[in-house]
This record gives sequence, structure tokens and C-alpha cells, in this order.
Amino acid sequence: MRETPLSNCEREFILNFIAQQKRLDGRNAYDYRDLRIAFGVSLGCCHVELGKTRVLAQVSCEVGEPKQTRPHDGVLYVNVELSPMACPSFEQGRQSEEGIELSRLMERCLKESRCLDMESLCIVSGEKAWHVRVDIHVLNHEGNILDCASIAAISALAHFRRPDVSVHGEEITIHTLEDRNPVPLSLHHMPLLVSFAFFSQGKFMLVDPSSKEEKVMEGKMVVGMNKHRELCTLQVTGQMLLLKEQVLRCSSIALTKVTKITELIHEALDKDKQARLKGEKHGFAMLVSGDRVTANRLPTTEVKVDTLEISDEMERSQSSSEDGESQSGNEPMEEQIVATPKESAVEILTKGVGVIGEGGTSTWLDIPQADSKQTAAKKRKHKLEKMEEDEGSSEEEEKVILK
Amino acid sequence: MAGMELLSDQGFRMDGRKPNELRRIRFKKGVFRQADGSAYLEQGNTKVLAAVYGPHEIRGSRGKALHDKLLINCQYSMATFSTQDRKRRPRGDRKAQEMTSHLKQTFDAVVLTELYPKVQLDIFVEVLQSDGGNYCASVNAATLALMDAGIPMKDYVIACSGSHMRDTPIVDMNHLEESSGGAEVIMAILPRCDQIVFLEMNSRLHEDHLSGVMDHVMVGCKDIFNILNQQVQDELCQKTELDKIVTTG
Repeated sequence: MRETPLSNCEREFILNFIAQQKRLDGRNAYDYRDLRIAFGVSLGCCHVELGKTRVLAQVSCEVGEPKQTRPHDGVLYVNVELSPMACPSFEQGRQSEEGIELSRLMERCLKESRCLDMESLCIVSGEKAWHVRVDIHVLNHEGNILDCASIAAISALAHFRRPDVSVHGEEITIHTLEDRNPVPLSLHHMPLLVSFAFFSQGKFMLVDPSSKEEKVMEGKMVVGMNKHRELCTLQVTGQMLLLKEQVLRCSSIALTKVTKITELIHEALDKDKQARLKGEKHGFAMLVSGDRVTANRLPTTEVKVDTLEISDEMERSQSSSEDGESQSGNEPMEEQIVATPKESAVEILTKGVGVIGEGGTSTWLDIPQADSKQTAAKKRKHKLEKMEEDEGSSEEEEKVILK
Repeated sequence: MAGMELLSDQGFRMDGRKPNELRRIRFKKGVFRQADGSAYLEQGNTKVLAAVYGPHEIRGSRGKALHDKLLINCQYSMATFSTQDRKRRPRGDRKAQEMTSHLKQTFDAVVLTELYPKVQLDIFVEVLQSDGGNYCASVNAATLALMDAGIPMKDYVIACSGSHMRDTPIVDMNHLEESSGGAEVIMAILPRCDQIVFLEMNSRLHEDHLSGVMDHVMVGCKDIFNILNQQVQDELCQKTELDKIVTTG
């Protein structure tokens, strides 16, 4: 299905907004969206949410023959699946140009950066070796699939455990999972991809573009780095002309992001390990909890909005004009409004609903507030005493009512 | 391959070049009569043919026409006899498609596409012998073919590859050096404006070395530009002199 193209006014609006150093969702130019990493019950399954973009990566392995040109190495396959579930413009079956670009970038990031130790995957040189497959499925496309996919792939590779192999002379035994504990893969380093979107011939640059920003961008740069400051992949695409300084600046920004995200991945891996050791509930079931009232609640995002604080002078001038209305008729109010711009945080609850402040005290009735329980108790006591006193008169009152 | 050093102690590479030395470049424009523009380029042992057809009406689906720009259609293919082992390559090979889209992006940024709305330009590149630097030779050959066809461009697009080996940056790598596993930086630039049209990097490279390698690759591109430009200008001068003789004589 063809995607509806972005209208010209929307395009101009977004470009003007970016020229004012602002973004549609209120982020800063170099901010990532909320990143959430979750692991499944089976080893090697990782689900990553970057804002609304969701990607699932699964690692699996089987024994096969090594490549003829490299008899001492195992084989790594990387595959990115774009299904219409993620975005209606993706077609089932034949890979589109975008799919091929994503696949190639992921391949280069994982294979050519030598992040996985291929020699450890060899069982018998020239005859048997492990074939490791990383399948990346895009579940929802809201911009920047690449970063999400790379985080998912690396986390899944770090999470995965392959069956243990023991070699006794000519005999090779591949132990089942019940026999011996599975062995983790040896990852040298964690290469992560960071995407940059360029606008206005490279003047403005954004990190982690959302889907609307991606449609409007002029050029894109993908930097793959690990936290040891080594560049693993670099690719500049799009129809813009860059300068060398821009490229170097992007690589230094990418370094900060990559270090932060690597920490997050390690945290998530540790948490999952702890949960498995203690026997607690782990896996995707923890991601989606359906039996709470707040199950569909989105995390609130704060947006700074310029509001005007109108001071008391305005009210005074209003009251004075009320008095003078009868006299002077329609006298236009003089500009005595003292309005000071103030930044207040707008809490966005869900799509289309925002809350400024949380409401205040009621200004309708002048109800004296109960200060403490003691006074309330006193009042109750007081009432009881009164009733006892008036017991006599109650009958009279009743009589009065009946009449 | 153990035992073979990519950079010897005296500072020479496997094929006897110094680290910043380019391979021999020879080219010829106008090799095909049918095509609107064509070029044949040799960079060391890498031999590439490029042909340009157009601008002409959109072939196939009219839906692909861009209302305000020229549609550039690229096709990159390697001949089966181009590599050491004869490999039957299906046209839809992933690497070939990636190369095709990279070429398309490169030329989309350089050709003055606003001048030809609703029409199409075809660029065909065929690699006859591949010895490293396929993308670079393809871009250089396609630039010459576009010039031969008279398509307006912002500047020459010159591409060159480079790497960092044993603390020395090297330029214009051949197949052996590419597959040795070191980092490879491929850049396509507009040599007179110093602007980068395409940049690609493979394998691991430390961030500190990036700036140095990029500088060396830019210098390599400018050297290639000088070589190409010199010969193109000479040919043009010869042609105008011949024309003068024909018109006056």
C-alpha cells in the first residue's frame, strides 16, 4: 500500500520548527526517546522500544559446515524483516530498497566490525561450525528503526546461550540444555548505531529522528560506535553535501549516546539475570500487564509552554472600569495589562489531552476547612451533648413536624 | 594470510607503492556509439565501463516520474569473470543492490536535477575486472560518462578509498588490502568545493584516526581529479583545434 505523502504545509511547519531549534515532541536536538529493553523467556530474544518504534530480535544457532574460504570460523547471518505490520508501506515478500539498506547496515555493523568472536564458534576445523542467525523483526515503525534494531540485535546476542560442546578426540558431543548449562557467546565489544538527520543543507542536525522528521529530512548519517571510541560503521546517505567537521562532530556526539545506551543494556541484562536466578517472573509477560487500571497509561511527557501571568493590576483596572462603565459607556480599557511570560510545564496524559497544573482549592464557597481530627471529634461530641440536652424538646419538634 | 605484510618496514605496500601513492589511472571517453555518453576507466587492475542514456522519457511505470526533478536510474553489475573465482551473480544480489542505491544517491546530489523534470536518466556501470576500489572506479567512470553525455553537474564527483594501517594512512587500496580486515574509508567528494557527497566506513577504526584518514583520502581524490581534469582539458583543446582546422580549411 502506498503511504500517504506528507502535506506541504506539514512539511514547511516541521522545517520551520526545526529551524527554531525545536522538535515536535519537545525533545532537544540530541535527545533520544524513551528506551526500554526487555528480554523474553527464551534465551536470545530481545524486545526494544524506542519511543513507539518497536523491534524484536531473536538469535538462534545450529551446527553446519563452515565457509570454504574460512574453515576456522563460524558463520553469522543477519536478517532484517520489514512486514506490513510495522508500516503499511512495507510490502510482504520481496525486500524493498529500504529493507536492503537496513539489512546491509546491520550486517556491516555486526559482521564486519568483528564484534562476535567467530573462531570460538568453530567445532571441528573445516567440517563443523556453529551457524548463528540473528533475525530482526520490526514490529512498529515510528522512525529510526536502525538504532532500535542495533540495540535489539546486540542485546539479543549478549543474552543468547548456545549449547555446550565437548570434543574427546574424534568424538564430539553437543550437550542438550538439560545436560549442561548453555554457554554464552563471546562478544568482543558492543557496536551500536546512532542515526543523525540533517536539514537545510546540513545546518541543523537531529539525533533519533521520528517518522515525520524522517520524511522531511534531506540527508542521513549513520555512525556505528562502541564505547571504546572505535568506529565500526559510517555511512552518509541522502542528497546533501557535508563538510568534514560535521562528520567529526557527529562521531563525538555518537560516542556519548553509545556509552549511555551500553550502560542501559548492561543494566537490563543484569536485571534479567537476577530475575532468573531468583526464580522471579521474567520475560515479556512483565512488559504488558493487562489487569491494572493504568495498563494503557503512557508515561507522561512534560512540555514547556509559554504562558502569560497576568498580575493583579489587571483585576484592579477591571473593577475600576466596572464602576466607571455607567458613566463613560464603552470606554476601551487602557493597556494596563502587566503580563509576564512564564514557563509552566504541561503534562501530556494521552494523545490530545494536556494538563497544566493539577487544579487548586475550590474557590466557590468559603468553607472553613477542618484543621485536624481533634476539632472534628470535638464538634461531634458537641453535637451529641446538644442532642442529649434537647431530648426533651425532640418530641415537641416531632409533633411540630407531623402537624 | 600470515607472512604477507601489507606494509613493509621500508614503508612500501604489497604492490610496491608508497602509502599515499595512487594506482595508475587510464581512461577513455566516448567508447560506445549508441550511448549518449560513455567512458572506460582503469584504476590499477580494476577496469570499469560506464554508459549514460538520456535524459529521455520515463520508461516503464509513469508513476515513478518526479514532478520537479530528474529521475536517475542506476544499474551496477559485475561481470562473472571479474573476480578471481568465476561467480554467477544474479542481478538482484544484495551487495549489487546496495552499490546501485549508493551510486544513485551520489549522483542525485550532484546532477542538476531541477533542470529536467519528469524525465529519466539511465546510468549503467559494468565492472570488467575487480581488484579493489569498485565503488570508486564506478563513480569516476560514471562522472566521465555524464560529462561525455553533456549532463550538467555541480562539479566532478571523484571517489577514493583509504585506510589506516600500522599508524600510517594509506590511499587507494586494492583487493588484497581491502580483504585483510583493516578499516576501509570510501569517500566521494566534489574536489573543487571540498564537500563530501558520500562517505562509507567498514570495520573498526579508532575515532582519533578518522580525521587523518579522511584528510588523506581527500588529498587522494584531489590527485585523481587533477589527473582526470588534465586529460579532459587536453582532449577538449585538441578537439577545438581540429574543429578550427575543419571550419577554416
